[in-house]
Amino acid sequence: MTDTLSTDALTPPKYDKLRRAFFRFRQSKLSLLGGVLVALVLFFTAFGTVLAPYPEHIAGGVDTANRFIAPTWAHPFGTNELGQDVLSLVMAGTTVSVLAGFGVVMIGSIIGTIVGAVAGFAGGWVDEVLMRLTDLTLTIPGLILAMAIAAALGPGFGNMVIAISLSWWPGYARLVRGEVLAAREEVYVTAARAIGATPQRILFRHILPNTVSPIIVKMSLDMGFAILTVAGLGFIGIGVRPPTPEWGTLLSISRSYMPDYWWTAMAPGMAMFVAVFGFNLLGDGLRDVLDPKARR
Amino acid sequence: MPDTTPMLEIENVSKIYPGRRGMFGSSAAVHALTDVSLAVKRGESFGLVGESGSGKTTMTRSILQLETPSAGVIRFMGKDMAQLSAVEMRRLRAKIQIVFQDPYASLNPRMSVHDIVTEPMLIHVETLGLNARQRTDRAAELLSLVGLGPQYLRRYPHEFSGGQRQRICIARALASGPELLLLDEPTSALDVSVQAQVLNLLFELQDKLGLTYFFISHDLAVVRYLCDRVALIYHGKIVEQGSSDEIFDNPKGDYARMLIGAMPEVRVYAE
Repeated sequence: MTDTLSTDALTPPKYDKLRRAFFRFRQSKLSLLGGVLVALVLFFTAFGTVLAPYPEHIAGGVDTANRFIAPTWAHPFGTNELGQDVLSLVMAGTTVSVLAGFGVVMIGSIIGTIVGAVAGFAGGWVDEVLMRLTDLTLTIPGLILAMAIAAALGPGFGNMVIAISLSWWPGYARLVRGEVLAAREEVYVTAARAIGATPQRILFRHILPNTVSPIIVKMSLDMGFAILTVAGLGFIGIGVRPPTPEWGTLLSISRSYMPDYWWTAMAPGMAMFVAVFGFNLLGDGLRDVLDPKARR
Repeated sequence: MPDTTPMLEIENVSKIYPGRRGMFGSSAAVHALTDVSLAVKRGESFGLVGESGSGKTTMTRSILQLETPSAGVIRFMGKDMAQLSAVEMRRLRAKIQIVFQDPYASLNPRMSVHDIVTEPMLIHVETLGLNARQRTDRAAELLSLVGLGPQYLRRYPHEFSGGQRQRICIARALASGPELLLLDEPTSALDVSVQAQVLNLLFELQDKLGLTYFFISHDLAVVRYLCDRVALIYHGKIVEQGSSDEIFDNPKGDYARMLIGAMPEVRVYAE
């Protein structure tokens, strides 16, 4: 029985798989750059508030004697119209922006996955109803819907996340429905049905596990856009309220002092750029590793 | 006294897929099976031979009750399967299992061999009454039975060759203790050398476990090697049915003669 000859000399399968995935990820310099940027952003999400050189400014303290100082060693990104250290504000703002983006992506993907999985798996009129509902949500511009919801619920971190999430899930619903429709026809699903598996078992053991890769890739790619949307809501004034620092709000305030005091706008803008860029590159890299079919 | 009830009886079964009339043209109804009758006896190997699109797959799906026939009755051990309650049907599924053609598609890539082979035991836990420990032991036993060692339990399907995967599929099919095994071209996706190994394995298993095989193939040499009786299906109709020797040595219909004429190896055997 030549085809059963042992291949045990190889490394244990799990590590082997991880190693291979990491190797493929490392092949692309851009993916690595994305990984590093995201690591940096996550580091500031966790420790930004603690590490900020002027913690009193984050809490809303002002120092009017030192307004609009251009970048110096004491204030690498200068100070703003209230004399607050821009670097400290941006570092602390990372927490709010990234957590909000993460919350949006999590809630959006959970709602979308449930809707898409049920629609794709049940088929028939259930599918029809759920997907038309999805299409309906898609026709409403996301930011406007979010503005309406935020206006109805009132400003605040939680409401903002809920507001954006409610316009965020249709993308996931469509993605997951398509993946479920494809996985439903797989031979191993037929095999499971022939064994007598219940629909729940088929959905949760056989279909959904085979749809996670594209969902994770989309989540990573979406993180950047979610952070931008959160900043956008902050920019138009219905996101997080000052004095809580948030990139969009910071940018919105410093708009009035452009171009003379450019540093007040540059720091939050650059932070956003780095975060969005990093998550997009990481998403592309993950797609190459997890979903090789979609590789260009 | 031997039980004379056929294990599987298919009586006048037809399956018609209705045509569609849509905005962009319509399609005619497809008669996948037309008035098919056959009986498979306990312990025998019954071969169903036909070309692509002749209704072989529809036949397996109907036997597994994944499709409802448009007409006719399918009886398993004397019971009309269409009449069974959902619970009875689920219990009966343990007794009819299938091995698919493509071993690359028929194993869930996200499940370990252990999970794949123990799943049928988990689903039929009321009937089989095995706890987690016993299920693992039985999975190891089954793997040894199909010629793979228990050391493969923690592996994932992508780590195996086609022949090994087909062995895993056979182990999974055997896990629920079936009496009838549907073999839907189990070797046609494999290398020729591996084909022989898998066929020998199936042969051995039938001896050891007293299984009944419903063997579907377009490969006449394989069917002749493995099957006691053969039916030829063409465009959804059974055109010839009889013992293997009868059909291969003395084909009556034109289609049978044409098929067998197209098989050089069989002709050499016959002379």
